[in-house]
Amino acid sequence: MRHIISILLENESGALARVANLFTARGYNIESLTVAPTEDLSLSRMTLVTSGSDEIIEQITKQLNKLIDTVKLVDLTEGSHIEREMMMIKLRAERTQREEIKRLVDIFRGKIIDVTDTSYTVELTGAASKLNAFIEAVDEDLIIEVVRTGPSGIGRGAKGLGL
Amino acid sequence: MELSGGEIIVQCLKDEGVEHVFGYPGGAVLHIYDAIFKQKDVKHILVRHEQAAGHAADGYARATGKPGVVLVTSGPGATNVVTGIATAFMDSIPMVVLTGQVPTPVIGSDAFQEVDTVGITRPCVKHNFLVKRLEDLAETIKKAFYIATSGRPGPVVVDIPKDVTDPGVKIPYKYPSKVKMRSYNPVVKGHLGQIKKAVKIMMEAERPVFYTGGGVVLDDAAKPLTELVEKLGFPITQTLMGLGAYPGSGKNFLGMLGMHGTYEANMAMHETDVLIAVGARFDDRVTGHVKQFCPDATIIHIDIDPSSISKNVRVDVPIVGPVKQVLRDMLKVVGESDDQPKKQALKQWWEQIEKWRSMDCMKYDRKSKLIKPQHAVEVLHKVTKGEAYVTSDVGQHQMFAAQFYRFDKPRRWINSGGLGTMGFGLPAAMGVQMAFPKAEVAVVTGESSIQMCIQELATCLQYELPIKIILLNNGYMGMVRQWQEFFYESRYSQSGMSVTPDFVKLTESFGHVGMRVDKTKDLEGAMKEAFSLKDRLVFLDVVVDPSENVYPMIAAGKGHHEMYLSPGSELV
Repeated sequence: MRHIISILLENESGALARVANLFTARGYNIESLTVAPTEDLSLSRMTLVTSGSDEIIEQITKQLNKLIDTVKLVDLTEGSHIEREMMMIKLRAERTQREEIKRLVDIFRGKIIDVTDTSYTVELTGAASKLNAFIEAVDEDLIIEVVRTGPSGIGRGAKGLGL
Repeated sequence: MELSGGEIIVQCLKDEGVEHVFGYPGGAVLHIYDAIFKQKDVKHILVRHEQAAGHAADGYARATGKPGVVLVTSGPGATNVVTGIATAFMDSIPMVVLTGQVPTPVIGSDAFQEVDTVGITRPCVKHNFLVKRLEDLAETIKKAFYIATSGRPGPVVVDIPKDVTDPGVKIPYKYPSKVKMRSYNPVVKGHLGQIKKAVKIMMEAERPVFYTGGGVVLDDAAKPLTELVEKLGFPITQTLMGLGAYPGSGKNFLGMLGMHGTYEANMAMHETDVLIAVGARFDDRVTGHVKQFCPDATIIHIDIDPSSISKNVRVDVPIVGPVKQVLRDMLKVVGESDDQPKKQALKQWWEQIEKWRSMDCMKYDRKSKLIKPQHAVEVLHKVTKGEAYVTSDVGQHQMFAAQFYRFDKPRRWINSGGLGTMGFGLPAAMGVQMAFPKAEVAVVTGESSIQMCIQELATCLQYELPIKIILLNNGYMGMVRQWQEFFYESRYSQSGMSVTPDFVKLTESFGHVGMRVDKTKDLEGAMKEAFSLKDRLVFLDVVVDPSENVYPMIAAGKGHHEMYLSPGSELV
């Protein structure tokens, strides 16, 4: 099963490498990983998407917790949560295709952020599944380039993951 | 007090109570070595290869319970010590390794003797640091000792660029008395509710067994463990790393378990209904095939490290906490409990165990004229009255030592269990002997293992370490040969080790005493003579029967109830 694990990490050099290292060393899957500092510059927030059986996910969270740089950790998929990913996708858009693509972008509530005579660059935000759906909906031959950030997530409700 | 970086490091070690540092100088640590030269409190032991510095500090830590300290230079100094670090990591040994690094301005430029030490060691340390600012040095060293010795212990590397130790730059020094880390808070007490739940299950057990490991030794929990085992009257088996916590000659002891464990210990594991695992990590050498592991048991697991719990085997009652504290609480709960262990059921259980014991699974040919390695270990036990610190390398001799030296005290049996590092024994013994100059320290080794760190004979001479090396010389990498005999139709591919130096002459050339013995009748006399030379290192080359194998043996992928007990025997 797919899990989104959110981690508050010390913003130390090497902290990211420790997390990445753990996944390769122990043979765990890693689908995506995003990381950036928080409002407290001494802390980074990492969102990590992985998959595995319950036993493996349990080990992953325990091993991540064991890292000295890990301050707090939560498996967002255990509760109600919101997931967002941003994608920039460059599409071939010539004469007849332009209107069609524009309509599709509107349906997905995306934005065209760059235009040339022959292309559109579309910005789209949403759950990973929505971005996948957009890619599915576009003719494969039209795709020039896809850039995705990987999901980040946050729990629903008033409570936050903090110190 | 204003100090330079080099001086700060030495002062930190003093303030941490460190008496011995094992190391080897080089370019990046020259400032630190200059600071060491100018003082007397911290004694530096110069090894002959950095790997040995790691193992010596490790042996020191295992024997004393205090953290071992290593100091090596950048580049090859650091890479050479990696085996020592990984060995300590796998067995959870507290160690602080200070490595020199090229100056901060040239880090990343492929400078002379530069390696990414933090990167190389990351997978085999509990934590590591690169100190980029002099101002962070003292606090980082404090953190290193704190992390290494608390929670589940382990090695911590502190990588220190040369410019940080510059004697020309001095800052006010103060060693932090305490360190607090928001991201690291090891558990200090087990959950009382879980402990009560466990005790309830234990009182209802009909075929219980304790399975205890290195965690009991590391946390100095031998006393409460022994008390609890005897109070309940349960049988106990110990892992390779746990030997000595409960006395090897104790009446409830079934012997070691696992791949080369006793028949009675492994059968008890297979038949048990309540397994109490304490400070043990369900290693594959212990469990055999996990699908067949303790098929009928409710499993209670006490461990300081939550990630050890349910890692390899599903646990029913986890108790996360320091072993000593949890066992003490458990004793209290048992004392206050209205329930009693099931006497009648336990009586039957012990009768069953006695039946298994009567198989005498560790028997060997005692009339052999060729020296049997098992006999050599028994003679060592007799001559040292079971009181020696015994280190070992890895292979058949390690198993014979574990099986036949019946350790009655914790911290006496010192071997590389997790990583299985050949070459560990001699340098580890140096660490033990440095810590306990008057104690009898023996290295049980093989002719292959001993050659991996043989250069340390020179270190032993320099520091007058009267270690006794008991070489069980069978002319083979014995354990490799055993597996080739069992599973590769006796094709002994590259496992022969008949071409060795003349160990007697070699030892003499290093300035020590060398002796050889090849007849059973001469063995005890030779061993006595070796140990009578109190202030000399003696290398006793014991020529043993090359065909001897380690029994019992659970073949890889088999369950506890499927063992080979003797040559040519079927699985039982």
